Amino acid sequence: MSDVLKVPTMAELIATGKQPEILFWVGCAGSFDDRARKITKAFVRLLNKAKVDFAVLGTEESCTGDPAKRTGNEFLFQMQAVSNIEVLNSYNVEKIVTACPHCFNTLKNEYSSLGGDYKVMHHTQFLKSLLDEGRLAIEGGKFKGKRITFHDPCFLGRANDIYEAPRDLIKKLDAELVEMKNCRKKGLCCGAGGAQMFKDAESGDKEINIERTEQAMQVKPEIIAAGCPFCNTMMTDGVKNKAEGQIEVMDVAELIANASDL
Amino acid sequence: MSLLPNIIFAILIFSGLGLFTRNVRKLRRNINLGKDVDTSGNTKLRWINMLKIALGQGKMVRRPIAGILHIIVYLGFVIINIEVLEIIIDGFFGTHRIFSGIGPIYGVLIGAFEVLALLVFVSVIIFWFRRNMVNIKRFMSSEMNGWPKLDGNLILYFEIVLMALFITMNAADIEFQSSNNGNIISQFLAPIFEGMNVNIIERVAWWMHIVGIIIFLNYLYYSKHLHILLAFPNTYFGSVKPKGFLNNVESITNEVKLMMDPEVDPYATNSTEDVNTPDKFGASDVLDLNWVQLLNAYTCTECGRCTSECPANQTGKKLSPRKIMMDTRDRLVEVGKNIDSNNGEFKLDGIQLLGDYITNEEIWACTSCNACVEACPISIDPLSIILEMRRYLVMEQSAAPMELNNMMSNIENNGAPWPYNQMDRLNWKN
Repeated sequence: MSDVLKVPTMAELIATGKQPEILFWVGCAGSFDDRARKITKAFVRLLNKAKVDFAVLGTEESCTGDPAKRTGNEFLFQMQAVSNIEVLNSYNVEKIVTACPHCFNTLKNEYSSLGGDYKVMHHTQFLKSLLDEGRLAIEGGKFKGKRITFHDPCFLGRANDIYEAPRDLIKKLDAELVEMKNCRKKGLCCGAGGAQMFKDAESGDKEINIERTEQAMQVKPEIIAAGCPFCNTMMTDGVKNKAEGQIEVMDVAELIANASDL
Repeated sequence: MSLLPNIIFAILIFSGLGLFTRNVRKLRRNINLGKDVDTSGNTKLRWINMLKIALGQGKMVRRPIAGILHIIVYLGFVIINIEVLEIIIDGFFGTHRIFSGIGPIYGVLIGAFEVLALLVFVSVIIFWFRRNMVNIKRFMSSEMNGWPKLDGNLILYFEIVLMALFITMNAADIEFQSSNNGNIISQFLAPIFEGMNVNIIERVAWWMHIVGIIIFLNYLYYSKHLHILLAFPNTYFGSVKPKGFLNNVESITNEVKLMMDPEVDPYATNSTEDVNTPDKFGASDVLDLNWVQLLNAYTCTECGRCTSECPANQTGKKLSPRKIMMDTRDRLVEVGKNIDSNNGEFKLDGIQLLGDYITNEEIWACTSCNACVEACPISIDPLSIILEMRRYLVMEQSAAPMELNNMMSNIENNGAPWPYNQMDRLNWKN
């Protein structure tokens, strides 16, 4: 374990007259959810290791409005969007990296017509660029030969056509990447999107996360890799139900960080 | 020879086309009942989409069996219809196989038509078995009961009969058979008619074939088969943005900007009222949707790929994206009839799309995962209609499920969907 995480805030940096390379948008799950916080920390450890000049908004960050928008509350969404854009623009933010595909999608696609134009990257894309540029190297073969399957988050995959970045990272671990029958464009939702995370499902004969977990179990993975804190929660619940102790659910950032014992 | 057949033929063609034109006008009017939506820009990309997805059937083969069979029927339909040009000229002028004079090329063409006709015939029979005998889940859903199932089968019967008539008409044509130029398939059928009055059989098959085509053309308006025409504009006008993008409601942007603007005079009278304040947020009926969404509804051919990919539907929830499209279309047809019978004006009928056709339960089961949008082979977007209905439920009726109301008040009060203090946002780093 490395020492204390270095997490500068935008306000601190600007006070010293510096502009970071990227803004790391943590997101609500990454800030508050116990499981997702571990992903946030793993990603920050990688940023620190690669000496990436980044900052977070800290207490100035607020929900992007994604769950409100998809619930149908356009007012609340736009209130959130406009106030976030005001903060982001006041810091002249140009490039944002986030570990949450929902924040990613909203910041990238839905803020521009409201006055917020940023280059937005998912953390798997950013990590891949760090590896490609040689700023980060994967050391240690902790996951060598492990069977890992990647669950495509809808808001990264279908919503924004990003399928390869997370897979490229997993391959770099020398792990055995196995694909579920429904992957990429046909990836089944974990059940959390469209604000379903925050409510009980309508009555049916199965929970969506159980269905997805069963699909994953068919390819007998040791690890289900996720790229979204909400998918992570849903798949973790599914595994608890169906394959407790046999399968681990981990974010791609955690895999990379753990491989090098960060 | 009398001119009677020519006259009957002309009446048939003109009345058939007249009826079809009238239906197309109605279709246009109904689609234009939808709200305006900006589809400008990206012209090149839109053309590419149309060429790839509709003309090129690009997404059909994602399901190889249905896809390849569909391409055969599609190619057959498009190519064999070249023959209709000859039939029409012959019909008007009393000629017989006017193009046969062009020699061997005629044989190649007719030969190709015959081979395609046989392939279509076989494919359509396989389709019929898939729909009726093989237990394919997407054809068994409850929204397919009744007319949709019959409609699907009627289309197949039409095609079987038309192809059979085409081959028969060639097989019973003595002149054509003796010229041995292009009778690749029909030569094997010709012996059947030996000893019969082939001239009559040929004429009957010829007339039934063209009458069948005219009937089929006019059947389109009442059928899911409209997709053969509407798939083209629909793929052109389909979204060119990433699927994750959901539109930002402009009238709300204006309100929000006013709210956030410190310069606004709080005592000003409501002079902004006339500036695009909608009479309703979201959609509760078809007239609240935009015209592309209505075009989507008419274009849907009820294949059910969307529903079979829908996570909610797969796990037994009531939501079926195909049903959303079918309901939208059925309600639009109802509204159109209402307008027809009330001298061009819509009279309130106490019926709404949301509530009378689509239930709240269906609307709230959606995970906005875009599987349905991705699955549609002709760029239909059921998710956008679901979103508009959620907007209506939330912003007009405050009828969101309790847990979602809690989530939203958390966002309003502390900037997160959970009840955590915004001041604690950075606590994770400790």
